[in-house]
Amino acid sequence: MRKSFISALILGAAMVLPAQAADYVIDDKGAHAAINFKVNHMGFSYVTGRFNKFNGTFTLDEKDMSKSKVSVTVDTTSIDSNHAERDKHVRSGDFLDASKFGKATFVSTSVKDKGNGKVAITGDLTLHGVKKSIVIDAVKVGEGDDPWGGHRAGFAGSTSISMKDFGLAGVMDFGDITFDLHVEGIKQ
Amino acid sequence: MNNVQTKYSVLTKSFHWVSAIAVIFLFALGFWMVELTYYSSWYKTAPHIHKSIGILLFIVTLLRLINKVKQPSLEPISTHSSMIRLISKVTHYGLYILLLVIMFSGYLISTADDRGIDVFNFFTVPSMGELFPNQEDTAGLIHEYLAYTIIGLTVLHAVGALKHHFIDKDDTLKRMLNK
Repeated sequence: MRKSFISALILGAAMVLPAQAADYVIDDKGAHAAINFKVNHMGFSYVTGRFNKFNGTFTLDEKDMSKSKVSVTVDTTSIDSNHAERDKHVRSGDFLDASKFGKATFVSTSVKDKGNGKVAITGDLTLHGVKKSIVIDAVKVGEGDDPWGGHRAGFAGSTSISMKDFGLAGVMDFGDITFDLHVEGIKQ
Repeated sequence: MNNVQTKYSVLTKSFHWVSAIAVIFLFALGFWMVELTYYSSWYKTAPHIHKSIGILLFIVTLLRLINKVKQPSLEPISTHSSMIRLISKVTHYGLYILLLVIMFSGYLISTADDRGIDVFNFFTVPSMGELFPNQEDTAGLIHEYLAYTIIGLTVLHAVGALKHHFIDKDDTLKRMLNK
């Protein structure tokens, strides 16, 4: 009786108290994460696509959000805009030069808590051999135990970069690339 | 032995010259179109023509090979040494194999995403889907390198024919031209 009371207390406390810093691995295997992008097509409409292969981790510290961090590596050859000829072109030297720059990385340098589950993640994006600081505006979607014995936390984020800034506009410039990001991490 | 022939049929000669014109045209068009900017009015039209003619040439090549197999081979010109006969045979088979591989690799570039190829808005060749990973890139490289190879081999083939005509003064080129 007493034991179960104590364990209930601990359980209750664990549910109420904010979680300590914890490490998560982005669930790319289960595809509960996505790196989607959108580019304006000559003012007519938007072309959307995504990178199919990437992996990453994040550390989430609810108590002190500034101690949180995230790091993601993207396989640039995995670009998929649902059109093989366009993907081939985007991978070529005209744009990503993916045979030379096969990896793009994002490594956070600071995370700012903006309240209401919103965070601003500043970090270095290395793309096409160019390293630049960008800010990803993210919002926490949810956190909790999953039905399969794990613990998950997920965020949605968005950011935009200019093709020019990363040397991608040498042949054709379509202006800004907007990213629509989704990550779900499994606690380690 | 088959009954040996000494003249090419009109059909055989037509296949040869239609293919020659098509190959040179496709190479020139391909060489030019890959450098077009996105804002060129030819950006969509040139590849459409390239692919359409490529598919038609593939059909012509299949018919040509059927014709070749069904017809008895031409008797080699008596003055040709066995070395010359071997070189020309290897060149000819090389050209046939390159033709087929180049056209098939071109098909694989455009159909890697399940899209078919429209042949002059006349009919559509369906896709076989993605047969191997990074298909459009791998097939693209094969298509490009082998296109240069076939042009090299075509130059050798043409120089050989001219050598036989002007230096050896034999009937090699004449029998592909004359009636």
